[in-house]
Amino acid sequence: MRYLPLTPDDRRDMLRTIGAPDIDALFADVPAAARLDGPIAGLSHHMPEMLVERHLGRLAARNMTAGGGPFFVGAGAYKHHVPATVDHIIQRGEFLTSYTPYQPEIAQGTLQVLFEFQTQVARLTGMEVANASMYDGSTAMTEAVFMARRVTRRTKALVSSGVHPHYVNVLKTLTRFTDDDVVVRLPDFTPDDDLAELAAQVDGATSCVVVQNPNVFGHVADLAPLAAACHAAGALLIVVVTEVVSLGLVRSPGEMGADIVVGEGQSIGNGLNFGGPYLGLFACRERHVRQMPGRLCGETVDADGRRGFVLTLSTREQHIRREKATSNICTNSGLCALAFSVHLSLLGEAGLRQLAALNHARAVQLADRLGRIDGIEVVTRNFFNEFTLRLPGEARPVVRKLADRGVLGGVSLGRLYPGIRDLDRGLIVAVTETATDADFDAFEDAFDEVLA
Amino acid sequence: MTYTGNRGLQLEEPLLFEKGATDRCGVDLPSVPEVASRLGGLDRHRPIGLPGLSEPDTVRHYTRLSRQNYAIDMGIFPLGSCTMKHNPRLNEKLARLPGFADIHPLQPEATVQGALALIDELATWLKTLTNMPEVAMSPKAGAHGELCGMLAIRAAHDATGDSRKVVLVPESAHGTNPATAAFCGYAVENIPADARGRVDLAALEARLGPDVAAVMITNPNTCGLFEPDMIAIGAAVHAAGAFVYCDGANFNAIVGRVRPGDLGIDAMHINLHKTFSTPHGGGGPGSGPVVFSAALAPFAPLPFVRRVGDRYELVEEAQALASSDHDLSFGRMVAFHGQMGMFVRALSYILSHGADGLRQVAEDAVLNANYVLRSLEDVFTAPFAASGPCMHEALFSDDFLDGTGLSTLDFAKALIDEGFHPMTMYFPLVVHGAMLVEPTETESKASLDQLIGAMRSVATRMLAEAAETFKAAPHLAPRRRLDETAAARKPVLTWREPAGLAAAE
Repeated sequence: MRYLPLTPDDRRDMLRTIGAPDIDALFADVPAAARLDGPIAGLSHHMPEMLVERHLGRLAARNMTAGGGPFFVGAGAYKHHVPATVDHIIQRGEFLTSYTPYQPEIAQGTLQVLFEFQTQVARLTGMEVANASMYDGSTAMTEAVFMARRVTRRTKALVSSGVHPHYVNVLKTLTRFTDDDVVVRLPDFTPDDDLAELAAQVDGATSCVVVQNPNVFGHVADLAPLAAACHAAGALLIVVVTEVVSLGLVRSPGEMGADIVVGEGQSIGNGLNFGGPYLGLFACRERHVRQMPGRLCGETVDADGRRGFVLTLSTREQHIRREKATSNICTNSGLCALAFSVHLSLLGEAGLRQLAALNHARAVQLADRLGRIDGIEVVTRNFFNEFTLRLPGEARPVVRKLADRGVLGGVSLGRLYPGIRDLDRGLIVAVTETATDADFDAFEDAFDEVLA
Repeated sequence: MTYTGNRGLQLEEPLLFEKGATDRCGVDLPSVPEVASRLGGLDRHRPIGLPGLSEPDTVRHYTRLSRQNYAIDMGIFPLGSCTMKHNPRLNEKLARLPGFADIHPLQPEATVQGALALIDELATWLKTLTNMPEVAMSPKAGAHGELCGMLAIRAAHDATGDSRKVVLVPESAHGTNPATAAFCGYAVENIPADARGRVDLAALEARLGPDVAAVMITNPNTCGLFEPDMIAIGAAVHAAGAFVYCDGANFNAIVGRVRPGDLGIDAMHINLHKTFSTPHGGGGPGSGPVVFSAALAPFAPLPFVRRVGDRYELVEEAQALASSDHDLSFGRMVAFHGQMGMFVRALSYILSHGADGLRQVAEDAVLNANYVLRSLEDVFTAPFAASGPCMHEALFSDDFLDGTGLSTLDFAKALIDEGFHPMTMYFPLVVHGAMLVEPTETESKASLDQLIGAMRSVATRMLAEAAETFKAAPHLAPRRRLDETAAARKPVLTWREPAGLAAAE
């Protein structure tokens, strides 16, 4: 077996050193009823590299890839071009095969990257501090609700109808057995926003209001009035961002008054990967940092007075605080954070602004074209790179028929909100810098055929 | 001191924010077409403060940083309970196939049949290796898997109107165990260990009662020992109406040789980033699928993959609620379907080994750990060595340093000067100054002999020489000992422009 260095002679010599007659003697503590005398039946035996590659290659070939044709799917995960440099850097063994930096003297590479990442995320979101990453946007949002409860000592969370329904479901799951009172709103078809209603509902029992911007329908809103209402009532405003490229063009949540910003960072540096691994972003105001979940990297000096970085404020964390920890998170998304940071360093502010402007302009162009097709209405007025269409009939079968014609045309609201009749004609369409004019033509043609 | 601060190949690197410029870009982007903005006036006008680097400078920045890290690619990484084994590059190659890496989680089912087939194939391996009937693939790491298991346990009790309040956790458990139990609304109580480093069965039986919802046990445990009473523990817990959660962090010791389902376990997470060698990446991403017994299977989370004839379905909320076998699911834990990138790597690793190779993995991992234990027990204090063989990791304490004024921390830092990543320090909490050494099966005998030689040499010198040298270690790493107290007292978590510069603007 190519990954196992011990030879039969090594094993024999080592058993002699140990003083054990055979390998079974080392498993003597296993109860007799649970001992197996050979390899588990019904499973294949070891395979050369070539055969493994052939088998998985066949499975991969059965999937329709985003890069293989016109592609307009978003709703929480986005297809962007990732420069080749990013993947080269994250495959360097010193990053790929290192561990959480528990020994900082020999992990300054990872730690400095995390410090730079935290700074990038804080600036991007308009906040003061950020952590070293969470699993994904949905779990980061849930952790933010718990953090708001700790900060305000209140339990009621108001959730906007514009928050991604999968995120809302994760929050519902994780608050099933806690004291949190989560008030969830369902969208109607033209959910420009429910921000005014939320602002009217905030009261002295509210710990936080959770909104997404741009929201799941693509709509972009001014959050400042809602932030003011939250702060007047002593509640926190949590803003969720699932398309971080938008922050190159849209006013940041911090500028609009957010107290905690969470997001899905996949869009920068990370591929679609069928949903994971992704990158949870978590940023907040400095005054709340001791209630934050997750790993934090901080600056310090070594014994010679030279600048260095360490994991810090670990008394919040499970390995010290155990059942009183701010979160149970341990492993996070370190390598995805590296990919994000490398891509954002390549872009810089000028590049990010141009990339975001390009996404927006292309989305406006496609929205204008699709809006001219008979029977299609563009529902979203203000948007970044994603908008919602109302089709003449149910959208879910349309998505399947578009796929049959080689076009991955978006996400139907029927899939995201099953069983809600009013929404089943909705289709969320995302446009990034990767879509070409030929893709637009193909999309339009396929639509014409399918709707005909 | 050199002019640059560099020392030969040891190169210092400033922060991105000290060398980049906000108007520099390392990516060529197409020009932006003129359109009427649809942002509704919400444009971002103020500077963001994100420096950019050219492509060559980006490569250099990160390459220089990478060289300040220790990594499994450079040498043995004997971090106990972390299973730092070789990461085969075949796995990286296959995870990057566009058919896996470039597909969207919300594409129509018919366009991702190969991806769903892969998830199902990995799920089948995990169920067979553990002899458990159900597996939840979506949890994103070990602690997330624990949460998944404990949520299922809570849901199962709630379904029968049983409001048990307490979860029992051994003192030696990972911190994630009590944190997870508390997250699910449970009070946590400790189970004591016996003198042999195992769960004290009599004490556990005495504490079991109608208020106990579950017992969380790590097996092999965090002292690197198999729990010989595991079947009896399971029987006692079940007789009291509670469930057994097993922390599977140490599955590498028994994979292919022992099936946790044969030990009476109800739920166990499997760290794909440990046992099945998906890379740790400096702190993730991980992946923590959870296997379930028949009693907990109906409560497993959504979504999941189901084979129907010759095609695969992704079962989400609507289908599950409408079904008779998954309508009790406790719900969704993540936005999409879990760590696909890790699934590909883990299946590649599993198929490469096969059932025979995985059995050899466990045997070699245990053999290597016992070799370390027996080669060092004459110098180091090995608290449980007299009770028999260890499993995949060897536990020492720093009692042998009594009277020297030195401790485990000093030993670890001295080991850094010898060119090793140290073992896990101060965990588990049940022995004084714990040193937990997990070599894994991918180390050769020569590699072990070098580590053993270095550990003996450092220990012997610590007992004989002046303490100051060791108090000041490491001497040869990119940084000397870092001041963690100062970092926590006045946290600096982001870079800010030096005050002088800001004032000049």
